[in-house]
Amino acid sequence: MGAIITLSILALVVLYLGLFKAKTLLLPVSILGFLVAIGFLLNDWTADKGPLFSGMVHFDHYAIAFSVLCIVVTLCIFIISKGYFDEGGQVAEYYSLLIFSLTGAVLVNSYHNFSMLFLGIEIMSVALYILVGIRKRDKASNEAALKYFLMGAFSTGFLLFGIALLYGATGSFNLDEIKAYVVNNPHAISPLFYGGILLLIVGLTFKVGAAPFHFWTPDVYDGAPILITSYMSTVVKVASFAGLLRLFSYSLLPLQDFWEPVFLIIAIITLFIGNISAVMQSSFKRMLAYSSISHAGYMLFAIIAVGASSANSIFAYGLAYSLATIVAFTGLILVKKTTGSEHFEAFNGLGKRNPMLAFAMTVAMLSLAGIPLTAGFIGKFMMFSSVMEDYHIVLLILAVINAAIAVYYYLKVVVAMYFRDSEESCVNVQWNYSFVLLLAVGLTILIGVYPDCLLKLI
Amino acid sequence: MDNLFLLILLPLISALILALLKTNAAKSIALILSIVSLALTIPFLCQFDPNGGMQFEKNWEWISALHIHFHLGVDGISLPLILLTNGLMPFIIATTFSKDYKGNFYALMAFMQAGLLLVFMALDAFTFYVGWEIALIPIYFICALWGEGDRIRVNLKFFIYTFLGSLLMLIGILYLYQQVPNHDFEWTSFIALELGDNTQRWLFWAFFIAFAIKIPIFPFHTWQPNTYTNAPAAGTMLLAGIMLKMGVYGLMRWLLPVVPTGVALYGQFAMILCVIGIVYASIIAIKQDDAKRLIAYSSIAHVGLISAGVFTWNTNGLSGATIQMLNHGISVIGLFYVLDIVQQRTQTRSLSELGGIASKAPKLAIFFMIICMGAVGLPLTNGFIGEFLLLKGVFQYGFWFAVFGGLTLILGAVYTLRLYQQTMLGEATDKTMQFEDVKGGELVVLSLISFLILYIGIFPNFLLNLSAGSVEVLSTFLGR
Repeated sequence: MGAIITLSILALVVLYLGLFKAKTLLLPVSILGFLVAIGFLLNDWTADKGPLFSGMVHFDHYAIAFSVLCIVVTLCIFIISKGYFDEGGQVAEYYSLLIFSLTGAVLVNSYHNFSMLFLGIEIMSVALYILVGIRKRDKASNEAALKYFLMGAFSTGFLLFGIALLYGATGSFNLDEIKAYVVNNPHAISPLFYGGILLLIVGLTFKVGAAPFHFWTPDVYDGAPILITSYMSTVVKVASFAGLLRLFSYSLLPLQDFWEPVFLIIAIITLFIGNISAVMQSSFKRMLAYSSISHAGYMLFAIIAVGASSANSIFAYGLAYSLATIVAFTGLILVKKTTGSEHFEAFNGLGKRNPMLAFAMTVAMLSLAGIPLTAGFIGKFMMFSSVMEDYHIVLLILAVINAAIAVYYYLKVVVAMYFRDSEESCVNVQWNYSFVLLLAVGLTILIGVYPDCLLKLI
Repeated sequence: MDNLFLLILLPLISALILALLKTNAAKSIALILSIVSLALTIPFLCQFDPNGGMQFEKNWEWISALHIHFHLGVDGISLPLILLTNGLMPFIIATTFSKDYKGNFYALMAFMQAGLLLVFMALDAFTFYVGWEIALIPIYFICALWGEGDRIRVNLKFFIYTFLGSLLMLIGILYLYQQVPNHDFEWTSFIALELGDNTQRWLFWAFFIAFAIKIPIFPFHTWQPNTYTNAPAAGTMLLAGIMLKMGVYGLMRWLLPVVPTGVALYGQFAMILCVIGIVYASIIAIKQDDAKRLIAYSSIAHVGLISAGVFTWNTNGLSGATIQMLNHGISVIGLFYVLDIVQQRTQTRSLSELGGIASKAPKLAIFFMIICMGAVGLPLTNGFIGEFLLLKGVFQYGFWFAVFGGLTLILGAVYTLRLYQQTMLGEATDKTMQFEDVKGGELVVLSLISFLILYIGIFPNFLLNLSAGSVEVLSTFLGR
């Protein structure tokens, strides 16, 4: 709970710092605030206090692990944003909106009541609607913001409607009571309840960017500033998945036979649409947008085969995916600075221009593709083995085909970096970028080689 | 010093050291480190007891949440391959001394060596899979960075093709993992499983396709000729000399014992594919003008016979396959090295532009003759004993298989002698007029390769004894 309060106050403090023109303080204060929030969360690790505030939020291991992940990833994004928004002038607003959005993400990770889920998703999204359009003179950014806002408002409507139907059937927003309703009335579940589940699925899969509710993703990811895109494709996605899994693995688990086929179809469509569209992209950023759709497909596996290891699988996958995505976007920012392009060609000859950066990008791409000794492989392995527990062999074969397709577009980056030449000058990497790259690549390899403690976390 | 993990650790450390070296000293250091690796293998050879059981086992818990162990061990099937890997590495490095490769090239080679050794030693399916995949990354970079021609497209195809195959195998491994009562990836638990016929059917294909792509067995071979042709000489040696043995080894270690009924059901079909591959690749090889492509196709034919030997599932076929894997590695490296020398001096590999090298470079011609004889399988060369055992095994399996499989000897002689004739004999052409004979390092490498070819040809017993016990054990799995 301390974390939510810390983050909310932090966002306000940052806003005031901006008001008093204390730009140099923004980053240190935010980092300090994040560390305090992480401290509060870890402090609660051993002592599970149960649902707090009449069952509104519940900081169990699951919530704490995902919240720490979200905060650490945001921390990395803050570190690389030093110097990124200098020309704009709305640095404080940018920082404070991101922190607000992060507060929403922490709520989504820890909710125990539908009102908190709704609040969390809204806090997370409203801040993002502004952030996506923060470059107000950039047409693409504006278009992205408008699209995201309209589509997001729609999906929230679905979510709210779903929650209302569940409330109509059970008379409660509380996850415990909804679970009790499902368990106690196995044969007399109201049709309202089923309708509510379907609407909830629509609302939440929109947030995670799964097909067929993915249409906003490419345009919004492409139009938004790179840092916002990296935030959306990591923190928002992971938090939304945490929220989704919490609902379905806790309250709605007894109805698995009903919702499992829905997720099965969504996962398959998501995999194919994400991967096949990603193959055809010439822009690296857009490729990452589509690849993030396909990763949502893999992460849905944990919900399809929900079980004891689901939370760990989705955590491992989310962590691996976030680390690799941060490296990829950091690389893109650096490369864009020298070439001004977001296309694959911008990476040409990076192997000679900056071997260390090229190595980091290679590790990130291999991790996204799921090659052993990287964290991405552990994530994929966990997903595959959890699906195998339920013997969804056809789904696995489809997933494997998609993994092979994905190698093609991830290797395209590697090909550009090492096998094509370029006239461009060297890429300079400032210390803050090196720090994040080192951290993310180091963790990716460490988790890839020795993931044991991670897999027993939750 | 009998810790198998050291053998894997050393190449990994070498890779780190070499990656940081920017100077030309990298070559010599890489050679020294690879010789140290080879030296570390010798204690295992001396202490090895050919009784068929696993030896020098090392078992550590790796990922306890999933019951994954880092489990290493060798028996008579894997030890020759470990010897092959560590033995060929110094040769392959020595063949690159005239090139201007830097430390990163050798670092990738060392990294690949670690992956290959992991594959050959792993007794845990997860460990095996990790080695299987990480051996692919460095060879992809070696072939695509230092290759020629259409290297980017060709290697992308190679990578995706093999990656798809290994993912299918991963599904099979995960399925077996679910079947094991206490959920682990141990080889011993896998082979102890009693699987139903229908399960074994699809598991057979999941594993077979992965291995068949790597070997490659017809019709999964389409990546191979282009990849071999466009790779740098050292890359081709790694691919043909060592990496394709991963596939054959996979057949022997994982496919036969784990799904014996599946093999009994589809073994004949696999055998037919192997024999088709032998004939098909040999005929194409005869028509090639590009010498490297010729050897690439000949390699498909040779490994076709080796895999056919595995699928016969009798002691002759299996021990023939084990020994022939080693021999093929030595011969093929010799062939590619001679070609590399020729290409460096004449700038061409086209048979129609070559000829008459024997008159300019008699020493090279003699070495090439010995290597060619080894590749053809003439008595007293290393190829003979392997091919003899293989054909004997195939004959025991079925008469007609032996008839068509035996064509490999005749057709092999045709294309290999044609290769020899077109390059070495006849009138010297414009390109070969100024041909210099081999000297220095080249001479040493070629003499050592020729010596090995003759030595193994005359005294093959040492190698046969090494694998005899394990082959005996493996053949008892039949029809279990």
